[in-house]
Amino acid sequence: MTTEIDRQWTTRLRKRVVETLPPDKLLPDTQPAYVASWIYVFGVTTLAALAIVILTGCVLAMKGPLWWHLSGTGHFVNSLHLWSVEIFFFAMVIHLWGKFFMAAWRGGRQLTWITGVVLFLTSVGAGFTGYVSQTNYDSQWISTQAKDGINATGGGAFFNVLNLGQMLMWHIVLLPLAAVALTAVHVIYVRIKGVVPPFEEGK
Amino acid sequence: MAKKAFNPDIDAPEYKGKYSPYDIIKEGTIAVVVVALLTVVLAVLFSSPDEKAVTIKSWSNATPMDFAATAMTELDGSSGTATYGPPYNNAATGQQVGPLTLAKWMGINVNVNTANDFVVAPLSTLADQPALTSALTTFASASSSRRANWEANYSKGLSSGSFSNGVLQVAAANAGPLPEMLGALTAMARSGALDQALVTQKGFYTTDYTKPLLFMADGSFLANKAQVQHLSGDQWGMMNETGSYPGQAWLWLYTMWYQVPPFSTSWGANADALVWAFMMLLTLLLALTPWIPGLRSIPRKVKVYRLIWREHYKNM
Repeated sequence: MTTEIDRQWTTRLRKRVVETLPPDKLLPDTQPAYVASWIYVFGVTTLAALAIVILTGCVLAMKGPLWWHLSGTGHFVNSLHLWSVEIFFFAMVIHLWGKFFMAAWRGGRQLTWITGVVLFLTSVGAGFTGYVSQTNYDSQWISTQAKDGINATGGGAFFNVLNLGQMLMWHIVLLPLAAVALTAVHVIYVRIKGVVPPFEEGK
Repeated sequence: MAKKAFNPDIDAPEYKGKYSPYDIIKEGTIAVVVVALLTVVLAVLFSSPDEKAVTIKSWSNATPMDFAATAMTELDGSSGTATYGPPYNNAATGQQVGPLTLAKWMGINVNVNTANDFVVAPLSTLADQPALTSALTTFASASSSRRANWEANYSKGLSSGSFSNGVLQVAAANAGPLPEMLGALTAMARSGALDQALVTQKGFYTTDYTKPLLFMADGSFLANKAQVQHLSGDQWGMMNETGSYPGQAWLWLYTMWYQVPPFSTSWGANADALVWAFMMLLTLLLALTPWIPGLRSIPRKVKVYRLIWREHYKNM
């Protein structure tokens, strides 16, 4: 007989979460022996780089958009932000191709693949809005060039790349929120489904 | 009901082999430390580019004739922005993908009237200049054909004019109030006042640089600087940044289409719209790879996986 406690939304949600992702899947202490290649490093490298990107971005946000032009420390933090972004994309692209060649969508892992692709696009948007929010010549040139592409799709009516305030908000609020949320979903799917097994040869 | 046949491109075999110890927290910590150190090393070695922003002031002081000629095109409606179409104005349809006029459908949401916003309105903010006030009144009350006549005469003079002793030297007969207006606008630009006037049209606080950026993009100063810094569209454009930095290297595929026919040749007039449409199609294919027969078989057929899982296959 189910009790009132069993029927509570909270109880049902907790049971569902624990069933779908038990603690030993969320934080495993073993992994299949086939996970033994340098290619597996690039997923965690992307995550680590994202952490550094967010951390350095937070420092830049604390001091405001013009700080890094006026202070040596600010310029150094900007350099950290730039290079962590370069590492982030480098690792993510290798991760993507690695997962493609493993056909990592097999065995009910399609959603992991799709969230990864959407995450890549979100990151491209986050990188782009960062480039046009630099408040220097690069941002002037990149925004005046990029406007034609976005305007041609009709997107320019809502997404004005020449509007610094709008681009900065997308860069430091909306896109990071989306990227972090999607990363969480992506990693949780990986933990639920596990790492894709190798192809069976001869079949 | 018969069990669905195993499809090696969709289904994964059940793994019954060995498991190895795995410390996920330690791995994550090491990754963060290594990436942090690598970031610091790269930042110390290579820093980051920060080329100062161009201003209307720096543009009009460096090349006053280019500024004046551009301002004239904003006034007579022949500049890139004045003839752009949506989302700035309805001077054109905008780019199309076949019969689809996407930009036009989305409408004019970033209204820009170059003659008024870039020339007349900023000049109207200048106080205590009776000659200019009278010129603006004359311009405002003139018929459009009269204005067009003045603009044609002044543009002609401007093309062979010069800038010396701090003023425009333009020989143009029957140009009405335009010598006064363009002279005042050039002086205003060179003082830095036009930079302010262009961004404060909606009030004191501002975060929107649409107008000065469009104005500058219509001139050649910004683009010439880009050419020197290998940033033009035909130099793989906006994926680069000033100096020798990697820039947005991940945009290489998007930028590449602009360099190759037919995007760079017969499709040139609608290149932006077509490149975007094509990239959206490719992205959709990438996202939907698990469901596309043929495409999803590529990994199994090219066998790069044998390299990735070579230990696994060796031990079998």
